[in-house]
Amino acid sequence: MSEQGQNKDLELLTFRVADQEYSLDIMSVREIRGWTRTTPMPHAPDYMRGVINLRGTVLPVMDLARRLNLPSQETNERNVIIVVKLSGTLTGLLVDAVSDIVAITEDDLQPPPDISSDPQMSVVRSLTVIDDQMIRVLDLAAVVPVSSDEAA
Amino acid sequence: MSDQNDPMAEIRASFFIECEELMEALQDGLQELDDGSEEPETINVVFRAVHSIKGGAGAFGLEALVRFAHRYETVLDEVRNGSLQPDSEAMKLFFLAADHLSDLVRACRDETELDEATSDELLTRLDALLGEDGGSEEVEPEEFEVQGLSLALDLPDLDVDDTEANDSTLYTVRFKPEQELFATGNEPLMLLRNLCDLGEATVRCNFDDLPSLTDLAPETPYVEWIIELKTEAAEPEIRDIFEFVDGLCELEITGPQGEAAAPAPDAPAEEPPAPPEPAAEAADPAPAPEPPANVVPMGNKEPPAPETAKEPEAEKKPATPAAKSVVRVDLERIERLVNLVGELVINQAMLSQSLDEAGLSPHSDAMNGLEEFQRLTRDIQDSVMMIRAQPVKSLFQRMSRIVRESSAAVEKEVRLVTEGEATEVDKTVIERLADPLTHMIRNAVDHGLEATEKREELGKSRAGTVTLTAAHRSGRVIIEVADDGAGINRKRVQEIAANKGLISPDAQLSDSEIDNLLFLPGFSTAKQVSNLSGRGVGMDVVKTSIQSLGGRITINSEPGKGTTFSISLPLTLAVLDGMVVNVAEETLVLPLNVVVETLSLGPDDVQMLRPGNYVVRWRGGFVPLYDLGVMLGYRSHRKTDPGSIVLLIVLEDGSRAALVIDGIQDQRQVVIKGLDDSFYRAPGIAAATILGDGQIALILDPADVISGMGHIRGTDLMLSERKIANE
Repeated sequence: MSEQGQNKDLELLTFRVADQEYSLDIMSVREIRGWTRTTPMPHAPDYMRGVINLRGTVLPVMDLARRLNLPSQETNERNVIIVVKLSGTLTGLLVDAVSDIVAITEDDLQPPPDISSDPQMSVVRSLTVIDDQMIRVLDLAAVVPVSSDEAA
Repeated sequence: MSDQNDPMAEIRASFFIECEELMEALQDGLQELDDGSEEPETINVVFRAVHSIKGGAGAFGLEALVRFAHRYETVLDEVRNGSLQPDSEAMKLFFLAADHLSDLVRACRDETELDEATSDELLTRLDALLGEDGGSEEVEPEEFEVQGLSLALDLPDLDVDDTEANDSTLYTVRFKPEQELFATGNEPLMLLRNLCDLGEATVRCNFDDLPSLTDLAPETPYVEWIIELKTEAAEPEIRDIFEFVDGLCELEITGPQGEAAAPAPDAPAEEPPAPPEPAAEAADPAPAPEPPANVVPMGNKEPPAPETAKEPEAEKKPATPAAKSVVRVDLERIERLVNLVGELVINQAMLSQSLDEAGLSPHSDAMNGLEEFQRLTRDIQDSVMMIRAQPVKSLFQRMSRIVRESSAAVEKEVRLVTEGEATEVDKTVIERLADPLTHMIRNAVDHGLEATEKREELGKSRAGTVTLTAAHRSGRVIIEVADDGAGINRKRVQEIAANKGLISPDAQLSDSEIDNLLFLPGFSTAKQVSNLSGRGVGMDVVKTSIQSLGGRITINSEPGKGTTFSISLPLTLAVLDGMVVNVAEETLVLPLNVVVETLSLGPDDVQMLRPGNYVVRWRGGFVPLYDLGVMLGYRSHRKTDPGSIVLLIVLEDGSRAALVIDGIQDQRQVVIKGLDDSFYRAPGIAAATILGDGQIALILDPADVISGMGHIRGTDLMLSERKIANE
């Protein structure tokens, strides 16, 4: 996802997680689904919400707020699951609400300040400002843990 | 002409598939011979397998393969006619040659480099078996090329000698292909070549009808060939060549007296009555099977073998009545069918749920129909699963080769004993088992067995034994690799694990915990890295691949007696008979085959063994009691009130356990949906399924749940910690 050329147009899907604005490259988004009950996985890390039925396949769903160490909100009707695809694997990301789709160019992106002590920043690829609001562009590969054999 | 590549490629592909079957028959036969089979059919099967490979290879011009197969076959022929009694050394050589033959076949298939050096070495050794008369056998490749193509011709060409004198006669053949000839994938060049093989031929192409380029319709054939053929063969023989293009071309054969022969279409009528006399005329250079001793008698003389299953593989003509007819189907198509059946089962569950909710009477037509529907679905499912099931035999044969090679590499004498070869397992499982099993076999030979001298010192038999067993038990497939070696050196294992920082140096571990250290990534006990095993990929890879098949692996080792690795696998990867239960608001599925009984806890049934460990009294014995809700982390307090429902389960190792649940919903078939465990693998969970209401329910692996309380979980936790460290 990170090898875009310069000046290339980029579309971002922006969404809210724990009252903050985040975004993802829309090319990695497969679909957006309304909230359904997840089946919890035993002994899973707390950011794993469980699995849902996505038209016959089992989709793992991750609570993005918990993954980013943000205070987790109560789930409500407006919550949505963003289905993303990363190296062939589908994953669901539970977010508070989807906000918008914005078109920007790579030039509008700026690298995040180097605050390496903040673990939350390591998943933020870049920052951009839209309507005077800072929007964090997530690095999907850092958010979704890769399988062990790929990591090895 | 490049259009013709495709049909050829297909034929080639099917030849190589056939080769695999032939190799299997060959391995089998050799094994039987090695086990002292006196059955004459055994050597015949062996001989025929090599012979058929040679024949096919000739047809495709794979000369290296032909050359090797031919000399191999020559030696086997000596064994067959009794002039050579193979001793154990010779048998070893036969096995080696078979292995090499299969390498050659593979190399030809993948068009990779052929190992000519090995060919030559093995051939020299094979020839040595023959003694002095062996040298006279020379290879004439072109002979076999013809042979391969002409297997189907040996009947019609036999009456030639009666009708024609031995002198050459001059025929004029006019051959004009029609459009359908090309459309059906025939190749005039092949026909012309075959024709030329009959004798001296002058081929002339007639372009007269060829229109100018502007009028030319690319798919319409315009040319015809006129062949003047000087041959000793008779006309029917010439006609035979065109047998397969009968009606697809204009064919005129003009005999020596200048009288035109009958036009092509009705020609076949005169062929069938040909008497199957042996080709006695030695002068006949026709493409009839050249070494008559090999080909012709095989189909005619020998009675059908008792093991008829191998017969059709070895002979091109499907002769034996007991032979099974087999259809080759693309695996993808079966896969699709399996998926569809899976969807059908889910759909049926949904339908049944909505009919239930509609409040229909159980005796209504709709409900009766539903029951019927359920039965049919189940039948369909079973049949589909049977399509995919295959005996593990082919896998075991590959392993016998691994044993031969690896034992030679470490210079140990090793005997491989296989049991339960007929056990049927899902094809996908078989394929994915090959790598882990190879690794385990190598381990057993390299690490498991002692060196030969050491064995003698210990008073054991010189040759070590590796036993490979497959069996069905409790609805699972159990595959065991056992050696009769020294057993696991637990002290050293623990030392190494501590040295590598895998465990803390002062850890107190039970025997089985130590054994399980072998499955940790990066663990290798071999003092020296031999070129056989110990390349850094270890048992952890084996374990991961077994787990990805929904299986698990356990070790059982006794010092001085040997080590047994048991792999337990689900029978199929697609469907499961399950018991749907409720545990703390969640719906779970247990494999039905592990459930022996359901109990309701009485007031005095539960006893505390020690704090946190409870047992339940059952038929005069005690069974450990676990609360599923607690074990899966759904609730923190155990529930053992009287009246709780308990499932009594028995695992494939025979151990029993009692699981506390909240309620039983149903018994039904569920479709197994794989869990993407790329970033989280839940202990105790084998897979998931989709229930009638569209919700996902997890399928439990009871043995894993229970062992999750013990050591396995410990290593898994270490694994997941490492994973996190990697991120």
